[in-house]
Formats: sequence, C-alpha cells, structure tokens
Amino acid sequence: MPERRLMLLAALLTAASAFFLFWGLKGPVGFILELRATKLAALLVVGVALGTSTVVFQTITGNRILTPAIMGFDALFLLMQTVLVFLLGGIGYATLPGGAKFLLETLVMMGAAMLLFALLMGRGRQDMHRMLLVGVIFGVLFRSLTAFLQRIIDPSEFAVVQGAMFASFGAVDPLQLAIAGAVTVLALAVLWRIAGELDVVALGRNAAIGLGLPFDRLVLGLLALVAALVSVSTALVGPITFLGLLVAALAHGIMRTHRHAFLLPAAGMLAALVLVAGQSLFERVLRMQSTLSVIVEFLGGLFFLYLVLRGRIR
Amino acid sequence: MISIRNVSHRIGQSQILRDVSADIPDAGITALIGPNGAGKSTLLNLVARLLTLQTGRIEIDGQDIARTSSRDLALKLAIVAQQLGVASRLRVRDLVGFGRWPHHRGRPGPEDEATVAEAIASFDLGALQHRFLDELSGGQQQRAFVAMGFAQGTDWLLLDEPLNNLDMFHARALMARVHALSRPEAPRPRRVVMVVHEINYAAAWADHIIALKDGAVAACGAPTEVLTNPVLSALFGMEIRVEELHGRPLILHHI
Repeated sequence: MPERRLMLLAALLTAASAFFLFWGLKGPVGFILELRATKLAALLVVGVALGTSTVVFQTITGNRILTPAIMGFDALFLLMQTVLVFLLGGIGYATLPGGAKFLLETLVMMGAAMLLFALLMGRGRQDMHRMLLVGVIFGVLFRSLTAFLQRIIDPSEFAVVQGAMFASFGAVDPLQLAIAGAVTVLALAVLWRIAGELDVVALGRNAAIGLGLPFDRLVLGLLALVAALVSVSTALVGPITFLGLLVAALAHGIMRTHRHAFLLPAAGMLAALVLVAGQSLFERVLRMQSTLSVIVEFLGGLFFLYLVLRGRIR
Repeated sequence: MISIRNVSHRIGQSQILRDVSADIPDAGITALIGPNGAGKSTLLNLVARLLTLQTGRIEIDGQDIARTSSRDLALKLAIVAQQLGVASRLRVRDLVGFGRWPHHRGRPGPEDEATVAEAIASFDLGALQHRFLDELSGGQQQRAFVAMGFAQGTDWLLLDEPLNNLDMFHARALMARVHALSRPEAPRPRRVVMVVHEINYAAAWADHIIALKDGAVAACGAPTEVLTNPVLSALFGMEIRVEELHGRPLILHHI
C-alpha cells in the first residue's frame, strides 16, 4: 500500500528531525534550539525541493538518469561564484549582502534555465534530446570557464571559491531561507494540484496530446517550476548533484506506482530524510562538520554507477 | 468525415507532404498505404494534431482542428501513435485506464471502470492486465495501446501501423476486432483510420484506401479500384501481381 509507505516515511522523517533537534541538548537551550531549527528547516527545504524537482524533471524527459544538474545548473552556480570572487576579490565576495546575492543568483539561474528551455521549445520542435545536449554542452562550457578563472585568481581567493563548491548547511541566512521556503511551498502547491496531469505527461508527448493535454505549454510551466526549485535550493546551500537522482530512484523503487500524488511526496521526504539523518549522524554522533554533502555525493555517485551498470534505468 | 485540404508539410529541408487534399469517408476502415517515406504517418499525425499544421486545413466532422481545443479533440478522436516506450512503471490495466482521462480528468467513476473492463476483454488482455508494461513483448504492448485508444470512446480511432510487432495470430485478431468495431451494426460504430504496411490486410479488411507516394495522393477509392496491378506497380515501382479471392484483391507482392 503506497499510503502506508508514505506514512512510514513521514514517521521516519519526524523521528530524524526530533533526534536532530533534541539529541545532546545542553547549555543555552533556547539559543541552540533556534540554531538547530534554522538548520533543520534548511535541510527540509533543500531536500524537498531537490527530491520533487528531480522526479518532475525525469517525468518530463521520460528518462530516469537525468537530473536538473545535467542541464548545467550546478556548473552555472559555480561559475557565478567564481566570477563574483574574480571581480570583487575574496573580501568583497564575503561581505556581499546575503539577501540580494541570493535573489540575484536565483533570478540568473531561473533566467538561464528558461532561456534555454524557451529557445529550444519555442521553435515548435519539442526536441528534448537536443535540449539536453545543449544543456550538457553549456555545463562543460561553464565548468571550463570556472576552471580557467580559478587558475588565474589568487590562491587565497581560490579557497573562498572552494568553500562554495560543496553544499554547506553550516551557516544559512534566515532571510534567504524564508524566501527559499516560500518559493518551495508555492511550487509544491502547484505540483500537488496537477499531480494527475503529471501521470499523463509520463506517458510521453504523443499519448498525452492524444488524451487532450496541452503538453507543450504544460511542460514549459513544469520546467519553470523545476528551475525555481533547483535555483533556490542551490543558491541557499550550494550544489548537491546526486541527491536528486538517488532519491528519485529510491522513490520509484519504494512506491512502485506511476502516480505522482505518491511519488512526489515520497521523493521529497526521502531527500529530506537522507539530509536530516545524515547531518544528525555527522554532527551529533561523529562530531564532524560540513562533510555531509561530500558523503552524499560519494554514495550518490556510487549508486548512480550501480544503476547504470545494472541497467536498472532506462 | 475528415476533410484534408491543401495540406503541405516540410521538416527542415525536406518536403514531406505536397498539397494533399483528400476525404476520409464516414465508413468503416480507411487504410493509408504507400512506400516508405510517402508521408502516411505525417498525414495521420497532422490529423491527430500531434504535429502542428503548417499550411492547409483539416476538418473533422466539420470542426477545424486548428480552432478546436486539444481537450475537445480528445473526445472526438483517439490516436495510437508508434510507441517508443513509456517511462512510468505501469500495469496494463492502468495504461488502458488512461484512455478515460479526457472524460474524468483524474477522477474515474464506475462508468469509466466498466469501459476499461470492456476494452481489456475486447482486446484479449484479461490475462495480462496486472502485468507491468515493460515486462510485455512489443506485440502485447501494441495491443494494450490500441485498447487504450478504444477505451477513449471516440468516434474516430487513428492507428499508426498497429500491426507492427504483431505475429500473424494477433495481427489477424486485431484486424478482425477493429473491423467488427467499425461495422454499422456494432453498438457504437467507430470510424478507423490506419497506416498499414502489409497491403493484404488493407485488401482484406479496409473499406476505403488512400495511397500516398512522395507526399502526394497517388490514388484513392474502394480496395477493388486502388489495389490493381497498374496502380500498385506504379505506387511501389515494381511489377505486382494482383489476384482475386472471395471478391477481394489478393496481392502477390512477395513472389
């Protein structure tokens, strides 16, 4: 029963969140709780945003190995960070106003995503493969530009860029978190309403149009939602490439249904669970800082290879 | 009636259809035949609005498809396109159930369930209905998709090479089934338009034939008029013997 499995996931997520909040609580309780609650909220927002956006993206493209990261999102984020450091210097970069920088990053990434999508879809070609290929090539271009800029900046400033290369939940700005949370909740509300349409989209373009769905318009709207979700979460904590892939595959495996009304919440909760449980383990039990995303990337990458080699993804 | 007027279509540099005008009558099965690359599938996809009309005009029972919403068209015609596989993990029954989407838009009622059950029985899918689509053979998938098109409950049923992947048992069974559905005495006669490669299926079952060559209509009419030695020999560019069996043409194209 998919309902039961969803309930179980919700229970696990609640337990993990409670553990994260209350384990080893001593000293100034109010202060620590506030700190931990902010961090927990960031983990939840990022997890839910990445999990659901990946499932939607895979449904649109009809492919289970693709994630928004392959469209060059992460590469664009890193390029932006590197360009900022290059132009402003390490100190200038560190003293940028958080809210403005966040909004700018989100807007640039959404703009770039929509430009890419609209450019290729607007010609009436609906050629998903060409769009993906262009995305991959842009990703390589962004990465190369980033590498080039990193070579010519000061080594001490390179350290600043390096800090942005892996996702960090260490210091999350409450204002940025509020904006990201609001965007995520809005996107989720829309996705929830059209979960049934998503089931039809998964049948492919021909079948969906045959059943009377305004496919091209719907897909453009969905891509905008995906762009928004990925942008806010990346701008909030940094790039996590493989988490989406990991949880989307798990969600499909665990729920064993085609219905997005189950798949979306499952993927969102799984991603949040991986992040919250992982962060609890590292911070509370192993007493390590800011290594979670590295481990998630490592395990996610291994899992990705496993899926490809086993031919479990088509 | 589907009326096609002055339809031309180009993809990139190549002209796929040149000024095609044809009528698909309100009778039984209409078969689109012709050599590879003649534009049969393109024409069918244009009628089904899977491709956007570039020039010309297509009307279905008097409704201009360029001015009718996709949603309304879904209640008028069902298209079973050539399949490229489905990404979701779907059971056959779920797939056939999607045929009812234009009617219930996400909330199936008892009526929809009944139609789905009828479609499953009618296309001999009872034993497969709880199997996952990706565990079926190409031919079984093909049947499931045709059943989905049937479940959509439309006047017009468009099939793009429905016999692909089917063995002779299932190909004949599918044609017999579609033929029965299209007879005037059927409870709700459907009008079927199909692209057929194996020309003897068209000869045996179709009521009307449209032959395309190089993006233009080469011939159209009843099977006995179109499926003749001169027409077919010109159409396929080879000498083709045509005999007669039970009052219908029998094309000996393989010897």
